[in-house]
Amino acid sequence: MRTIQISGGRIIDPSRNLDGVGDLWIGRGRILNVGEGYDDPEVILDARGMIVCPGLIDCHVHLREPGNEEDETIATGAAAALVGGVTSVACMPNTLPALDTQGAAEFIVLQAQRARKANVYPVGAVSKGRKGLELAELGQLVEGGAVAFTDDGAPVASASLMRQALTYARMFDRAVMQHCQVPELTVGGVMNEGFESTRLGLPGMPAAAEDIMVARDIRLAEITGGRLHIQHISTARSVELVREGKRRGINVTAEACPHHFSLTDECLRGFDSNFKMNPPLRTYTDVEAVIEGLKDGTIEILATDHAPHAPEKKLREIDQAPFGIVGLETLLPITIKSLIEPGHLTWPDVIRALTIEPAKLLGIAKGTLAPGADADVTIIDPETRWTIDASKFVSKSRNTPFHGWEVRGRARTVIVAGEVRYTLA
Amino acid sequence: MNLNPAPRIPWTRKHLLGLEELSREEILAILDTADSFHEVSTRNRKKVPALTGRVVFNLFFENSTRTRTSFSLAAKRLSADTQDFQAGVSSLTKGETFIDTAKNIEAMGADVLVVRHPTPGTPHLLTQHVHASVINAGDGAHEHPTQALLDLLTIRRLRGRIEGLTVGLVGDIGHSRVARSNIHGLLKLGAKVILCGPPTLVPRSLERLGCTVSNNLDEVLPLCDVVNVLRIQFERDQKAVFPSIAEYFRLYGLTAARVERAKSDLLLLAPGPINRGVELTPEVADGPHSAILDQVTNGLAVRMAVLYLVSGQKTDPR
Repeated sequence: MRTIQISGGRIIDPSRNLDGVGDLWIGRGRILNVGEGYDDPEVILDARGMIVCPGLIDCHVHLREPGNEEDETIATGAAAALVGGVTSVACMPNTLPALDTQGAAEFIVLQAQRARKANVYPVGAVSKGRKGLELAELGQLVEGGAVAFTDDGAPVASASLMRQALTYARMFDRAVMQHCQVPELTVGGVMNEGFESTRLGLPGMPAAAEDIMVARDIRLAEITGGRLHIQHISTARSVELVREGKRRGINVTAEACPHHFSLTDECLRGFDSNFKMNPPLRTYTDVEAVIEGLKDGTIEILATDHAPHAPEKKLREIDQAPFGIVGLETLLPITIKSLIEPGHLTWPDVIRALTIEPAKLLGIAKGTLAPGADADVTIIDPETRWTIDASKFVSKSRNTPFHGWEVRGRARTVIVAGEVRYTLA
Repeated sequence: MNLNPAPRIPWTRKHLLGLEELSREEILAILDTADSFHEVSTRNRKKVPALTGRVVFNLFFENSTRTRTSFSLAAKRLSADTQDFQAGVSSLTKGETFIDTAKNIEAMGADVLVVRHPTPGTPHLLTQHVHASVINAGDGAHEHPTQALLDLLTIRRLRGRIEGLTVGLVGDIGHSRVARSNIHGLLKLGAKVILCGPPTLVPRSLERLGCTVSNNLDEVLPLCDVVNVLRIQFERDQKAVFPSIAEYFRLYGLTAARVERAKSDLLLLAPGPINRGVELTPEVADGPHSAILDQVTNGLAVRMAVLYLVSGQKTDPR
């Protein structure tokens, strides 16, 4: 494979505390070196004014295949990832049928290889059929390529099953990723419960539904010694609980999604289902707490919860429309706007939360520019101004709350396994 | 009567979706217009040609008799053609989305769509997909603007004013679109609003709108000039929110004994349909304080006014 010189960019690699202008060399699908030393590259990519970093990793996406190919496929989702600067995604098991067997995991891996876009890592179901009753064959899922377990789309409601999952997954050193929500407190809910839901007459989902399960699962992680990962954390109290759990040395990590630190439940006033997600948009206090959690390291990971839905499904009465929004192609600009521009996080902070931290969570040898590592590299133009236009998404779906936003920054060139797989037109 | 009602401000809205987005002046404009139309109901010939040739469609995705009938009759008195569409007997049961349904109906030439739907925001969503005027005839627990307007009209006609009055809304506030529209309308017109019912039915967060919340009807009742009794919605599962009808009636039922301790000129409203013996006793419902039947008559005038205003005033009503 060809030698590539990415020249003159600001190279940021938090895995090695690297942040400086220089050249990055790639050859035979691997990172060769940062700095000087190689003659006659076959390709030179001029990266002056750009940020060069390990390929971004999104540990929380829904690719809808098999079962809902009208929303997204592994190929279209993996292509949308590249547009967003993301070279690796972990896909959730709420497909039809559920991703709960070795064969189902292998299908994902195979489809991703065929697509030749971003790397795709399957996350296996915790329970058979995601029914929350009995453990899925976690060991065989690992053999099929599963990098973690979750019943996402829904929580593992049973405390006893969650305890078993955290205990059993220890032998593979794999995390259990939990959509934390006490289901009986959110039945029929459409949005965050509070003044806004009351004013709009919409059934609410109280923050306490999340807090209670976060508290429960942190305690279960403590007694089992298992690895607990809190998905899409959205409430102030949950952030506080994770902070306290970490202080006590419990093995808990957390991720935050761009919509949860850029939007609030006031956005529902127009009854637009593109603001309907689960967990729901919360209040200003919660948004501030999530940002504070990102700043002090309580929340170490950024993820999108990319949840594509075909327009005919989203264009419904708000209680009929499904939860979720697409996120891959808006991840960087919304993060820049909400976290970097106001000065909450630096570029190295953001890249850490999108590279080495999710790589550690998923236990994959990615997220670094160390010599010998897989040559997954994202080149970001941090300054370019553009307008988000859902009709131009590479994803099959258009369900974004950010359509029409004036933003800054996007991926310019994306390299996977030493191959340039995406270049901004 | 002036048959060319001239609102105090020019009416510019194409839709009536709720009272929250209306200004005080816009609400007064509707009430003034309704006053003008009120007289039409008392004539032998109960009809004006204001909307001749216009088509008003009642698009009801939820059961309703009185609101639908009232809108139909109001449209007919304005000489519009009216047609009802009732979900359940239609293609909705065959999987058509409500937006497609509405577009089909619009293609039949509808100028005004009167929409009732169990989901909040559905009339709002519809305005983005059709060219016709949309009138919200009740969207879930969100708003029911014409009901609140007829309540306001009834208070104004019977008490001569709204400003400075204390109005108690009693019962299931949380699930009530009537409550929300009343709160917005009453506060904008300068009334004091007290919400009263069990805590499971009265969200405290509504205090942020400027209301007072109470759980004690006997404390609140003597303060009220007007009490609006909201229906317990038995179609919802209420078991979780209060233990029994008997207990609810004991705590919040409007009995003759309770009404005796109220102001002597207390005005009693109920949006109906009422559950006699649950929210109020028959002698109270039919008693001297009750304005329940005035509300129905005023409802017609309010709906004529709203249909007239959203259709634009290009037509000379004579």
